[in-house]
Order: sequence, then C-alpha cells, then structure tokens
Amino acid sequence: MNAPAQSIRPHGPSAISLGSRFGAMLRRHTIGALILLLLAFVAGIEVARPGTVTPIWISNILLFAAPLGILAAGQTLVMLAGGIDLSVASVATASAYLMATHSSQGGSAAVLWGLGVGLLVGAVNGLGIAVLRVQPLVMTLGTGLMTEGTLIVYSQKLMASAPRVPSFIQSLGSGKVLGGVPIDLFAWIPLGFLVLIGLPRTGLGRLIYAVGDNREACELAGVRVWQVLFADYIMCGLFAAVAGLVIVGGTNAADMSLADVYLLPSVAAAIIGGTSIFGGRGGYAGSVVGALILTVLNSLLTLLDAPEPIRQILYGAIILLLAAAYTRLTD
Amino acid sequence: MTSANPPHDAGRAGLGRFAQRHPGLVGMPLFLLLFLAVTVAIHPSYSSFDAQSLAMGAMPLALAAAAQTVVVISGGIDLSVGSMIAVTNVLAAATMEHANFGQAVLLSVLVLAIGAAMGAANGLIVVYSRVPDVVVTLTTGFIWSGVALLILEKPGGGAPDRFLSLGAGTFATPWISGALILLIASVAIIWIPVQRSRLGLLLYAIGSDKAAAFRSGVNVERTRFLAYVLGGLFSAVGGIGLIMTTGIGSPLAGVYYTLSGLAAAVLGGVSLSGGRGGMVGPVVAAYVLTLIPTDLIFLNIDPNFGQVIQGTLIVLVVMAGGLVALLRARKR
Amino acid sequence: MSAPEILLAVNGLAKRFGAVVALRDASLELRAGEVQALMGANGAGKSTLVKILTGVFGADGGEITIRGRACRFRSPAEARDAGLVSVYQDPALVPDLTVAQNLRLARAPLDAARQWLTELGIADPDVGAFVRDLPFQTLRLIDLARALASDPSILLIDEITASLPADLSARIFAIVRHWRERGRGVIFISHRMAEVSVLCDRATVLRDGVTVGATETARGSEERIVELMLGYEVARAAADTAPTPGQPYGDAVPALEVNHLRAGRLLQDVSFALHPGEVLGIAALDGQGQEELFDCIAGVRDRDGGEIHSHGALRRFRHPADAIRAGIVLVPANRLQAMLPQRSIRENVALPSYGPLSRWGPIAMRRERGRVENAIRRLQVDTRAESELRRLSGGNQQKVMIARWLASAFKILLCFDPTRGIDIGTKRQIYALLRELAAAGSAVLLFTSELPEIRLACDRVIVLFGGRVVREMSAAEADEATLLRAAHGLVARREDAA
Repeated sequence: MNAPAQSIRPHGPSAISLGSRFGAMLRRHTIGALILLLLAFVAGIEVARPGTVTPIWISNILLFAAPLGILAAGQTLVMLAGGIDLSVASVATASAYLMATHSSQGGSAAVLWGLGVGLLVGAVNGLGIAVLRVQPLVMTLGTGLMTEGTLIVYSQKLMASAPRVPSFIQSLGSGKVLGGVPIDLFAWIPLGFLVLIGLPRTGLGRLIYAVGDNREACELAGVRVWQVLFADYIMCGLFAAVAGLVIVGGTNAADMSLADVYLLPSVAAAIIGGTSIFGGRGGYAGSVVGALILTVLNSLLTLLDAPEPIRQILYGAIILLLAAAYTRLTD
Repeated sequence: MTSANPPHDAGRAGLGRFAQRHPGLVGMPLFLLLFLAVTVAIHPSYSSFDAQSLAMGAMPLALAAAAQTVVVISGGIDLSVGSMIAVTNVLAAATMEHANFGQAVLLSVLVLAIGAAMGAANGLIVVYSRVPDVVVTLTTGFIWSGVALLILEKPGGGAPDRFLSLGAGTFATPWISGALILLIASVAIIWIPVQRSRLGLLLYAIGSDKAAAFRSGVNVERTRFLAYVLGGLFSAVGGIGLIMTTGIGSPLAGVYYTLSGLAAAVLGGVSLSGGRGGMVGPVVAAYVLTLIPTDLIFLNIDPNFGQVIQGTLIVLVVMAGGLVALLRARKR
Repeated sequence: MSAPEILLAVNGLAKRFGAVVALRDASLELRAGEVQALMGANGAGKSTLVKILTGVFGADGGEITIRGRACRFRSPAEARDAGLVSVYQDPALVPDLTVAQNLRLARAPLDAARQWLTELGIADPDVGAFVRDLPFQTLRLIDLARALASDPSILLIDEITASLPADLSARIFAIVRHWRERGRGVIFISHRMAEVSVLCDRATVLRDGVTVGATETARGSEERIVELMLGYEVARAAADTAPTPGQPYGDAVPALEVNHLRAGRLLQDVSFALHPGEVLGIAALDGQGQEELFDCIAGVRDRDGGEIHSHGALRRFRHPADAIRAGIVLVPANRLQAMLPQRSIRENVALPSYGPLSRWGPIAMRRERGRVENAIRRLQVDTRAESELRRLSGGNQQKVMIARWLASAFKILLCFDPTRGIDIGTKRQIYALLRELAAAGSAVLLFTSELPEIRLACDRVIVLFGGRVVREMSAAEADEATLLRAAHGLVARREDAA
C-alpha cells in the first residue's frame, strides 16, 4: 500500500457552483453528513415498508451494530496509524470459540481465554509490524491464517468438551434490559467512549495519528514508534476478541466461520466514516456512524427479501458507492 | 525479498548479481527442490501419480499468485482474485456441463473475456473512484463472490471429459501432467509478451514510483487499469484450471485463493510496495504451498496444520526479511 | 535583424488548491535563444507555474501558447511531445528501474543521453545500474541528460544547482549556454542571485502568484530583483540584520564536546566544542560528513568511533529520544521528514512531549494550548493553531518545526540547513531567532549550505572537508571566499605545509 506523494491526477477547472458549496459544507461537517445519510437510509426503510421503524427495530439495529462497532474501533485505531488488520475476523472467531470451550472453567476464566487470544495475536502482529516493520497487510494476513488454522486443528482435537456459550455471554450478545436497551451497548458504549475521547485527548491517541501521518517525523521527535504500533495492534486484537464474545452471544453457536462476515464491514465502517487507510486522518465518531449505516443497510436488504447472493452484491456495491462518494467529497 | 527482477536488464555481471537481482529465479526453485527431496525422503514411494496431483493442486493457486503478482508489481493489490477465480470457475462449470469439447473450448475463451472484464471493472473503479485499492478490491471481491453464488448455488456443474483431460491427463511420461503444461503455457503466453513490451516497463515503473513515472511521461492511470485487467485474465485462467483439475465448479473457492495467492506472491519475492519481483518465484511458491499439506499427510500429521504452516511460513518469511533489513540498518 | 521568435507565452495563468490560491495572474514570455530566470520568494508560485507548464496540473484559467499556438497539456507526456521538458529539484527517475529503462520510459534516445552524460562529466555511465543504487547528484545529472536527449525546444530547470559542487554547476551552465546558442529557450529557477546574474538574460519575478515584473539581469540588477520579490519595505528591513561579535568562553564547561567522531564512510575524525550561548557554524560542501555528524549527535544513527560529551557527561544515543532527554534537539534539512502534514500546527508543535511512555495518558489541554501558542507567537507563524500543516507555506512549516523545540525544553539546538529553499524574509527571522536563543543561554550548532549567510548567524565557524575539520575561524574572518577555499580543502593543506 503505497500512497503517491501527492495527487497526480490533473485537476480540472473548478467552478464555484452551488454543488461545490454544498460539498464544502459537507466537508466541514462530515459527521453531520454521515448522520444525514444514516437518517436517509432509515427514512428509505420506512417508506419502503411503512411501520418498520419502531423502537424495537431501533433497539435491534443497535444490538446488531454493537459488535461491528467494537470491531471497527480496533480497525480504526490501526488504520489511523497507517495500517490495517485482516486478522480481526479470525481473532474474533477464535476468541469466541476458546471462550465457549472453556466455559466449564467458570465465566471469568472463559472470558479471559477469549481475550487472551486477542492479546496474543495482537502482540504477534505488533511484533512483526512494529518491531520488524513488516507490511501490516501481509503480517495480519499471515497471522489470520495461522489463527484460523490453529483453531481448526484445535477444534478437531477437542471432540470431548463441546463448545457451550455461557448464559451471561448469551445475554451480552442478545439480551435487552430496561424495556429494549440492548445489553451489548454496555460493552460498546464504554469502549467506544474510551476510543472517542482517548484519540484526541491522550498522548497515545495523538501518537497514533502522528505515526500514521509521518513515521519518520515521530522518530525524529523522540517517539519510539514501535511502542506506539505495538500498543495499537494489541488494542486492535483485544477489541476483536471482545467483539467475538458479543457475536457468539448473539448467535449462541461457536462455529469456525463465525466472524468472517465482519471483516469487510469492519474496514468499510472506518472508511465510510472518513478514516484514511493511509493513516493520520479520521476518527472513531465516523466509524460509529459507519457501523450504524452498514447495519441499517443490512436490515434494508433483509427487508427486501432478496436471495443471499443478491443481497451480498447490493451490499458490496453500496459500500463501494459510499466509499467513492466520500472520497470524492473529502479529497 | 529485497531485490528485483524487472524486465530487460542490461545486466552484465556474474552469478552473484544475477541471484541478487532475481531472488525469485534462484531462491524459490531451490526451496522447492529441497521440499521435493524431503517429500521423497519421508515418502519413498513418491510416484508419478503424486507428482500429477501436486501439479493439479498447485495450478489454480499458481495462477492466483500470477494474477496477484501483476497487480502488486504495479504497486496495487487485488483482494478479489479468489472471487474472480470462483466466478469464472462456476461460469465454466455451469455452461460447459452439457457442452461438447469444441463448445467447451469456445466457452473458455468467453470465460477468459469475462475474467478480463471483471479485472477491468476493478481497474476502472480503482482509478476513477480514488478509493484505496485495498478497499475497492476487498469490496468487489465480496460482490464477485455474490455473483459466483448467483451462478451456482452450491458446488456442481461440470465439463466434457475430453476438456477435463487437458488438465488431468499426462503428456509423454506420467510425470508431466497437463496441468503443469497448461500452467507454464498460459503464464508464458500472457506474461512474456507483456514483460517484453513497453507495458512491462510501465508496470514496474508505476509500481516503483508513481510520481516519478508520471513526470517521466507515463500514463499512470491507464497502466494501473491494465494491471488489473491482466489480473482478471490470470484469474480467469485459474478458474478454468480449477474446473480442469477438480471437474466441478466451486462457488466458495474465493477466500482460499485470494489469501494463498497473495501468500505465494509474497513468498515468491514480490515486494508489496511495488516495482520489485518476477513471475517465476510466485508460481514456484504456489507449488511449495501445495506440497505442505501433502507432506503432512505423508507424515501422518493432521493436514489441517497446512493452513497453520502456511500462515506461519508467511509470517516467518516476512519477519525474517524485516529482521535482515533491521540488522543491516543497525550495522550501517 | 528581426526580433527573435517568441517560443512560449504564458498569460494570466491561475490555479487554486482548495482554499489556497497558488497562482493568481502569472505571465511570462520566453524568446528563442534566451535563458530566462523565474524568481520569487517561497510560495510565490514558481513551482506551480512549472508544473502547469509541464502538464502535471491543469490550470484554472489563463492561456499558454507555444510558437503562437494555444496549448493545454494534460500530462507531462503531452508537454514533452510539444517540445517542453523540465528537470526538477528531485529527479523524476524511477528507483527500481535501471538507468537505461528510465531513459526508455521517457522515450529518450540512449545514445544522445550517453553523449550528454559524457559532457556532464560522467564518461562511462553504467546504464544497467539501478537508479536506487546511484548517488543523488548523479541522478540529477541523469535526469538532466535525459531531458536534453529528448531535444526539447523549451527546457525548464528547477533549482538544479542546489547543493551541487561548483564544477558540476559550471558544466551545467555551459550546457545551458549551448542550448541558448542553438536558439532554444531555457527557463531557469534558482534562489541564487549570483547564478542568475551570470547565466540569465532576463528574469521574470513572481510574488503571491502574480507576475510583478520582468527585468534584464545585467550586473547591478540584483537589488531590483530582490525588491520585486519581496516588495520594497520588506527588502529594506531584511538588509538591517547585522552580525553579532563573538565572545570568549574561557574554561567554562562546553554544552557539547565532540572528540574524534567517526561514522560511516564520510565522517572520519571530527572534534569541536560548543559552548552555551554560542552559535557554531559548520561550513562544508555536500557529502563531507556533516549529515553523519548531525545524525550522530541527534541520536538518529550510532557512531563508529569517538566520543560525544554534553554538559560534561559522556553520551551514547541509540534513538533520538535519548538525545532529546539529554537536551539535544534537531531541526532536519528536509522539513517533510519532520512534519505531520495532515495534523494541526498544535499537534505538530506538541508532538515531542508525548514521546515518553509516561506521557501517553490524558493531555492537559489548556496547558498545552498555552505552550503551543506561546511558541508560534514567538516565531510569528501567521496562522491559527488549528490549521493543517500542509496548508502552510514552506517557510511557515519550517518555523513550526523550530517552534516544536521552543515549546519543549532544550539546551542544544542542531539546525541542519534550516533555511534551504526559504525566502529571504523568513531566513532573516530564523537567524535572528537563533541569535536570540543563544543570548538566552542555549548552544546552537548550525550547518548551512549558503556560505554568505554564516556570518549573519554564527559566532564561530568550523569547516569540514573529507570528514575532518580543516579550519576554524571567527565569524569576522568568515567571508565567502575564505569559506569556499577552506571547504574545498585548500587552506588546510597550505597550513599543513607551513
């Protein structure tokens, strides 16, 4: 992934038209524009199927958006530092599976097993990317394959104790309290809040942006870049592990391809939310709205009652359109 | 992983410089020979049948690696290679099932064109949307795999036996299979003319430094586009190769070939930052990656370890590359 | 005799990048057989003009005509086909291709390029060598030879002589003259007034994206050009900065003491002492070990031999963080190396304070704002702290790079060519600041590639040649001729013999 030093596309003549003024407004308030888009999708659903948008529907959207939002938090963190993590789906699956197969040891031990996977894979990613300067794409691709392969081998050695999802994880992933508030929000909101506040207002947050913007400049300014990247990938691994727990709580069955479908959306939520894949620009607020947009989109496609392949094609096409529109807008 | 073999070297030095410039041509084949030797050692009854199944197993992967290699050399990445293989594969399987040999050959030309068209779509979107290539091809890969499922809901379809025997048969001796011949022929027919032409130079140029290439008068966007078209074309050959070697269409083959193809390209000495690498390394690396699970079976180890080893191999190779670079930088 | 044909006419060219207007109304006229200087302070729009002329960008307005025919280039290839080729400050060569392949890339004939390389002093070029393996200077010459080989009728040369040794510059001048004699046109961009008055027939001056005048470049026109570039008052004010006399230091403990330092191929054996309150200048031609020297002291690289003491303690730095902790900070030559282009001025200035692990926690936002605003006020960075650094002019970016260190405590400031490619007004501001810092007790080590400026800022100068100190003198002795002779190693040998 190498960004050209500058845009080499010849710039056509620009007229200051109404359109570009609107564009300029959106550029200044990107989050506002994204929220408008989200509302437009919701309105679209209500128009297509009147009566769909109810408090229960909204509560379900939040329920389904939470694991994606948590996964996207990790993805946003590494993308801001100029990386990408393709191992998040495998980590989430492995976390869920290990947690489920250790549920007999008690709830907290099981959860620790799950988080341990995230920590371990995150640390390996960090070692390769931060210390040995391997390209994040290859490194996380490799660790993803390793994690998944190890999990398959592990699952076949382990016929005896079948995976079982503990009840508190089930309620974390699918339960609701207080007349419709999804319980997984109690995981997402504090974690999300940490990222949202931490990025602009902590030293580490600033360094993540800085490393993504110019790694060499950070070294020259006395920042030990490897420490920042190492911490970054560990955080991403942990977020993926938490997301895996929430996902398995929702499906109540730990299988080998549990979180595969979340890989593309985790990257797409960050991209749609305005985080640059080249690093240094963006933030988590956009990713949150991006995750909500993608979840609403999924719900819309489900409502349309189209067969799975068609849904998949539409989902991909709309992500691409959104990403393209956003890139044009903010370029 | 630190040197390159761009086309048209005016190289004029000895074996050392050659090896340094063409790590793919030297390192990977040696590695494969070593692997083959180990294979024969642990499994003394290694037969022509084993060699044939190796060639058949490796062929689609080698073509996935070739597809990825073209794009990566040009400084891009294509995470939709596997899905394009799946689409072309099921398209061939669905249309050829009741066709005769002649029709099957004609249909494969059509399938190749569709593969190139999918690549062209990737290229156009990458160039005109300005969305980063990783995101574009991750998404189009998602779309193509939906298309594959649309064509063929579950594994099935087929092709005339005579068509299949092109890949599954053998030539001259039982050691030389059709799959091997087809692989070498298709890579040579597509890649050698490209590499010899100006296009080859342009691919390496934009992969190495887009801005400098642009200022040197290269049409960067057209070249990037063509790289993706070539990637689609190689993927289509891979899709046809997959039906020749398995006999059916597999709509879910995508993920495996995307990831393993990229792995083979990286192991074969293609630098992900673009501009460096050749075609031989990745193709041979595909053979090594195919040989690993086979060896595990011979050793009575769970072949599922294959994926672990594949992942570990990628991680170790790239980390070793990083370590070497790090030590060299320290020493300097 | 009729007036020479007008090769290139540019009229009212305009270009904006987002909110930034790079060119407002640029015009110039280039005749056949003319070498024309294009001058202007930083951010005046020279580079934008060149890039529009060669098709890198499109213009928003205005017109370009070549031999009376209106042109609009969409790519460098189209400009080249119209006979307009440029050579940039950073060579447009592709690193992973060989020299020969780079020539083919630009469709430049190999034989012609070889011939030009010979004239530039590279007699037997290895065209099979990879560009990435060749030294930077050679690349500039190859880039120039490649441009010449495609036989353009208009040649644009952007700052090519910056940090080239004098003999190479002379060769390039000879070629430019030759080009003029053949009735071609050359547009020559340079910050060096001396070069311009020797080489060019006329100069077109840009200020803030507008052509403010064209003038003959006969001797004595320098003042006029400077006035055009800066506007009258600024030019007057800039000339006022006077050198400060040095003072004796006696036996005080030096802030920095370097003994027999050796690193890499170039830095052989350098020793000196730098005292608090002193600005020590380093003068050297390119590649005499000064980069290695600065890198070793700043912890960017490790030394191969010798010792570095600061404030009486022996130091070994494995990372810039170690040097920074010891109070030694570096402003590197290329600001692109040090800046965070997409982040705000505030984040750029505050960056070093988050390096240590103990500072990864919550930020005291109000205190940070105070510190940052203090630093940028001191440097007169004329913009708000929220704006992205890439939107600033080069001079302002460089000021922010210095402000970064003002905002954190330091004892020794290493400035490596901090004024390269920066307009005169900003340069003077930076030198004045260095003096001010020294007066407040800091020690400053300054390398500058522009010899006449050493006297403006330094108390004392050491000259490096071949990785060794060949001469030390006070600022008063350091006139350009003496420095230049020492920098070529001439003085040292004569003294050795004596």
